[in-house]
Amino acid sequence: MEYKTSFFFTILGQFTVSFTSLLGIWFLFSRFREVEGFSFPQVLLCFATVLMAFSVAECFGRAFDTFPQMLSNGAFDRVLVRPKNVISQVLMAKIDFTRFGRLLQAVLVFIYALPRSGVVWTWDKVCTLILMVVCGCIIFFCLFLTYAAISFFTIEGLEFMNVLTDGGREFGRYPYSIYGEDVLKFLTYVVPLALFQYYPLLYLLGREPSLWYMFAPLGGLLFAIPSYCLWRWGLTSYVSTGS
Amino acid sequence: MRKYYALFRLRFIHSLQYRAAAAAGVVTQFAWGFMEILAFLAFYKANPSNFPMEFSHVVAYIWIQQTFLAVFMVWFYENEIFEAISSGAIAYTLVRPIDLYNRWFAQSVANRVAKALLRSVPILLVAFLVPPPLRLSLPNSGTQLLLFIISFVLGLGVVIAYTMIVYVTTFYTLSPVGVRIIAAMLADFLAGAIIPLPFFPMGVRNAAELLPFAAMQNMPLRIYSGNIAGVEAIKGIGLQIFWLLVLVTLGRLILRRALGKVVVQGG
Repeated sequence: MEYKTSFFFTILGQFTVSFTSLLGIWFLFSRFREVEGFSFPQVLLCFATVLMAFSVAECFGRAFDTFPQMLSNGAFDRVLVRPKNVISQVLMAKIDFTRFGRLLQAVLVFIYALPRSGVVWTWDKVCTLILMVVCGCIIFFCLFLTYAAISFFTIEGLEFMNVLTDGGREFGRYPYSIYGEDVLKFLTYVVPLALFQYYPLLYLLGREPSLWYMFAPLGGLLFAIPSYCLWRWGLTSYVSTGS
Repeated sequence: MRKYYALFRLRFIHSLQYRAAAAAGVVTQFAWGFMEILAFLAFYKANPSNFPMEFSHVVAYIWIQQTFLAVFMVWFYENEIFEAISSGAIAYTLVRPIDLYNRWFAQSVANRVAKALLRSVPILLVAFLVPPPLRLSLPNSGTQLLLFIISFVLGLGVVIAYTMIVYVTTFYTLSPVGVRIIAAMLADFLAGAIIPLPFFPMGVRNAAELLPFAAMQNMPLRIYSGNIAGVEAIKGIGLQIFWLLVLVTLGRLILRRALGKVVVQGG
């Protein structure tokens, strides 16, 4: 926090990045009233949920970005000899509060979209929204963890994970259903992003009254199992590259 | 001139080494292009009559944009240059008998072209092979292709000339990372990186098309896709040349002034 001006400008920079996304959506909706039956405020609900879930996950999870380097330069060995949980050590090293730029944006968009979305905010709907954001956050975090886990096995070619993390956020600005059947299936059964963004959204908008849709985000939490297992597997088969 | 070419070659070969990263990048970029096109397809289905470009134009726009991402996107800054300025290593560069602006310009060109080249062939190959309506197609005529190539080169020049201005203003402000991000996002948005300019509301679109940013990727991408053709394309290219000259002149001016009063950081 020493470099106050720098900190402020980085937050502003992050804010601008998501702001241009938002501007793009706004321009498109000023021309197209709705897409796949979703209106502008409803899409904004989606956008803000994903943005909020991502930015909180990112505060902690981005530390994993440098994980491949930690492995290749031997810094990870130092982490291993300390009598503390490995994951928390890696994360605490690089908590990144500049992600607050995105979080702030998400809050502002929520303030705009919540009253205009046509959702009747009864208690169950509020719970649904909270579930969406919290579970979304955990799922994104698991994706960051998976990225780190894969780097135990290969340093090269990790960039494709970016499609799921940053991609999940960018594509998540619209309900995942607009990308077609196949994409939706992938995002339901393989990487359960749709479980926190799309199905509960249908419940919120009153299109699907079944409670299964409300609790779908909890299903997404199952993703933590393979993620964590992959991480443990990587950890136990880790042979140091030496320092 | 020979020394710039040598510099270019060195840089180019250096950048070509990063092949594995490029392979992964191809998958990422391909997925990105694919999803963006699907999103536009959804909007097209929502209201085909309100769609301001032919759908095939949008498809071509996005594929070519992804293919040459490293060329068109302002945010591919040369970190080396920022470091040189803020660390004082610039002092070494200044004693060499080479014009600094030209050197940095050649370096940027080499880096961007190398990165783009590495990824372009695989992405193009796949883009030409996916099933329609998502498929990329070639320009309608040889003239169109030629105009695209000219516009492409000019677009690259304008992008780099803009980044040069961002670099040289660092002499005065030692600008934080955030400012560079904002400068890049602003430029890229108005250049049509997020959504193509025809999708902007009328008034904003008209203004944006006259700005230097439109000369970056908007013009070449729309010429390739056939959205801008013939006389319109030639006028567009003229505007690109204009902005290239303006930005280069501005960049050189600021650099010359800055070098007159450079304060070297560190020893």
